[in-house]
Amino acid sequence: MVPMRRWMNVFRSPLGLAATALTAVVLVLAVVAPILWTDDADATDTSNILAGPSGDHWAGTDNLGRDIFFRTLVATRLSVELALAATVIAVVAGLLLGTAAFLLGRRLGRVVTASINIAVAFPGILLALFFAVIFGVGATGAVLAIGLAGAPGFGRLTQTLVAGIESRDYIAAARVAGVGRVRILFRHVLPNIAEPLVVNTTISAGGALLAFAGLSFLGLGVQQPQYDWGRLLFDGISSIYVNPASALAPGTAVLLAGLAFNLFGESVAKALGVSVVGRLPVLPAMAATLDEDEAQVAATGHAAGELVLDVRDLEVTFPGPGGPVRPVRGVTFAVRRGEAVGVVGESGSGKSLTALAVSRLVGDPGRVDAARLELLGTDLRAGDDKAQRQFLGTSLAMVFQDPMTSFNPTQRMGRQLAEVATHHQGMDRRSALARAVDRLRAVRITEPERRAHQYPHEFSGGMRQRAMIGMGLMGSPALIIADEPTTALDVTVQQQVLDLLASIRAADDVALVLISHDVTVVGEVCDRVMVMYAGRIVEDLPAADLATGARHPYTRALVAAVPDMDTDLDAPLATIPGRPVDPSEVPAGCAYAARCPLASARCTTEEPALVTDGAGRRVACWHAGEAIDLVVPAPREEVEAS
Amino acid sequence: MSDLRFEDVTVEYGATRAVDGVSLTVPAGEVVGLVGESGSGKSTLARAAVGLAPVAGGRITLAGAPVPSRGRHRPLQMVFQDPYSSLDPRMSIGESIAEAIPPGSSRAARKAEVERLLELVHLDPARAGARPSELSGGQRQRVALARALAGRPAVVIADEITSALDVSIQGAVLNLVRELQRELGLSMLFISHNLAVVRYVATHVAVMRDGRIVEEGPTAEVLARPDHDYTRELLAAVPGRHHETRSPR
Repeated sequence: MVPMRRWMNVFRSPLGLAATALTAVVLVLAVVAPILWTDDADATDTSNILAGPSGDHWAGTDNLGRDIFFRTLVATRLSVELALAATVIAVVAGLLLGTAAFLLGRRLGRVVTASINIAVAFPGILLALFFAVIFGVGATGAVLAIGLAGAPGFGRLTQTLVAGIESRDYIAAARVAGVGRVRILFRHVLPNIAEPLVVNTTISAGGALLAFAGLSFLGLGVQQPQYDWGRLLFDGISSIYVNPASALAPGTAVLLAGLAFNLFGESVAKALGVSVVGRLPVLPAMAATLDEDEAQVAATGHAAGELVLDVRDLEVTFPGPGGPVRPVRGVTFAVRRGEAVGVVGESGSGKSLTALAVSRLVGDPGRVDAARLELLGTDLRAGDDKAQRQFLGTSLAMVFQDPMTSFNPTQRMGRQLAEVATHHQGMDRRSALARAVDRLRAVRITEPERRAHQYPHEFSGGMRQRAMIGMGLMGSPALIIADEPTTALDVTVQQQVLDLLASIRAADDVALVLISHDVTVVGEVCDRVMVMYAGRIVEDLPAADLATGARHPYTRALVAAVPDMDTDLDAPLATIPGRPVDPSEVPAGCAYAARCPLASARCTTEEPALVTDGAGRRVACWHAGEAIDLVVPAPREEVEAS
Repeated sequence: MSDLRFEDVTVEYGATRAVDGVSLTVPAGEVVGLVGESGSGKSTLARAAVGLAPVAGGRITLAGAPVPSRGRHRPLQMVFQDPYSSLDPRMSIGESIAEAIPPGSSRAARKAEVERLLELVHLDPARAGARPSELSGGQRQRVALARALAGRPAVVIADEITSALDVSIQGAVLNLVRELQRELGLSMLFISHNLAVVRYVATHVAVMRDGRIVEEGPTAEVLARPDHDYTRELLAAVPGRHHETRSPR
């Protein structure tokens, strides 16, 4: 099972392995030690009272002449038992408290939440002392005290986790299906928060162990004739000048056991936390296919010197558990001054990564390789130095899908825009702010002076997206890369943003790369459209030809799959069978072959090269332009053109 | 007939009125499209119908009686926007669907029903044991549809069910919606901000803005001759409308 494999990750790190071993030793000792050594621990050696360490008594003896080393070993069971009992109380009480808000509904839940908040604010040790007084001095009182003192913290954790799961749609779906709250709690909520809870339980067991030792040491815990580590420590301290080992032995035991539980919990947390990588399927290493020879590259290079962006053989690679994964596999394209190029493809096609690679935003552990990567003739492959950042900051503007996460919520909009100018252009704050206001006006934000003093949350989604574009315009960009800039916006607002991009482009001759999964949006705004599939460009054609002149079966299927206002209502929509290619499992041959109605034997073995025709259009398909059912056949002259 | 009727429904969150006196009918066996921008109250209206949002005024009835929001039988089911959040990642898709089947049937009967439902939404019944993480977004959305159908609903509310999907997958889900409507005579309230999508699946359409319905009628009529300025604005914003060169096939 998958969760099992995730738990196995604990043993991968040396620390995790050591912590696991240590925890196991402690637990085994807790079981075995009293069986084996109780007699040794209770035997009184009256000739050897308060003796120092010797061959017979490794850690010396106490005031009755009992062997402290064996007593420490035997005390493992009681110490661990008490700690675990306290942990169980803390977890159970915490779970009851934490889930009460979910079960009781809104009004009563609020009361529970408030009481947890108050209880959490109490210092734990004070609470423990308080309970110790109420329940009386002794092991039972101490267990209850430590357990209940830990409950509010656990309750708070549970409550937070439950609240996170509660907002998921599958909880709503279960409620709509008529499933009761208790059942939802056990079927949907608890299993999904189990991992962090288990991890925290382990850690708090370590904490309980230490707290116990503390209470016993203060004389509030275990009483004679029973003994745990804290009690031994308490007894040992009084004779520390006679025999230091009598305090050191139980002290070391507390330290080791506490460390064991805490480190074990931490390693489990770490192992589960990084498990996303570990869960990727294991794949065969992939051989890079370099199919575009120099001649073709030259042909697509648009000999004109007006190139804003020139990208050749761009590859983005991430390390995977089964070898490197390459979501972008040799992308070559160029963008001229003032040109609008659309990039379309499904999620996972590598279109966003291509954009990030161009703007040098692919972070570790990703690696970007390219035969050429030039913006305005400047090689971007060079190191990440200040000059390059400044160059990118002023000549390239990025617009992301979610404008809310692109802004710092705690800073005023004007200041965030101005920062670009003070940072990259060395403007003073006053003139930078003036420029910010001017740019906000340029992106048609009304009352820009007032708006500049507002925070991001005071802007609507469309306004934030326009402000984001305005931020890109703080410099004098030659290229705007917009990654799904309108996907999060409503249709009417989408239109405003697209119009804005178009007008900026027209006014300043700025080139635009518009990335979208929506063919219609791209077709409306762009001059040229590049279609990406499985990390490669499979077709590059004028936007005007999208509807009727596309030659790649994938492009044609994409266009046909989107209903527009003229779609025939009596026919089913064209669909693309199968699912997109996982970047870690790119098949041999044409990646689209498995979903393609035209696929032949050749398609599954030989990857078609991206071939350029006389008009500068490119397509990578062995059957480009051939007739397909369901999709309009391309006009004849285009078939010949390939 | 089991019409779903909203009568003067109002939903308030604190001081804000998300839905303001909406009256709308989903006739039996029809698909009614509900369009509007985010914040127009369309999703809140849907959530109110299934008891996920509190109704402050008016009433919601199904076949003349109030929609039950307690107990196991829920004649109103909902499909959510995000197929990545609407399925429990810990449960197999078969378990998720089985959970929505009204209780009282035997284990074998439930299993058979899950298989039938998976077949209905064109998923291989052998995959009932698969986890949601093994499925694509479109496949998950089909599972969500199957789960909604498992409750044997009179009406299904679909809240932006295709907007989180890739366009290549959206088509398949829309085809499925139309097919289910035709074959099962399913009534549906289909919420979307995409007019082209609503045009394709809905016979009637209602346009919502600021918590109110500003226009409603047969889809073809509303889209061809919109009465309200806002509807015209929405129509003008549909991408692809400016390229009149796009030839109809």
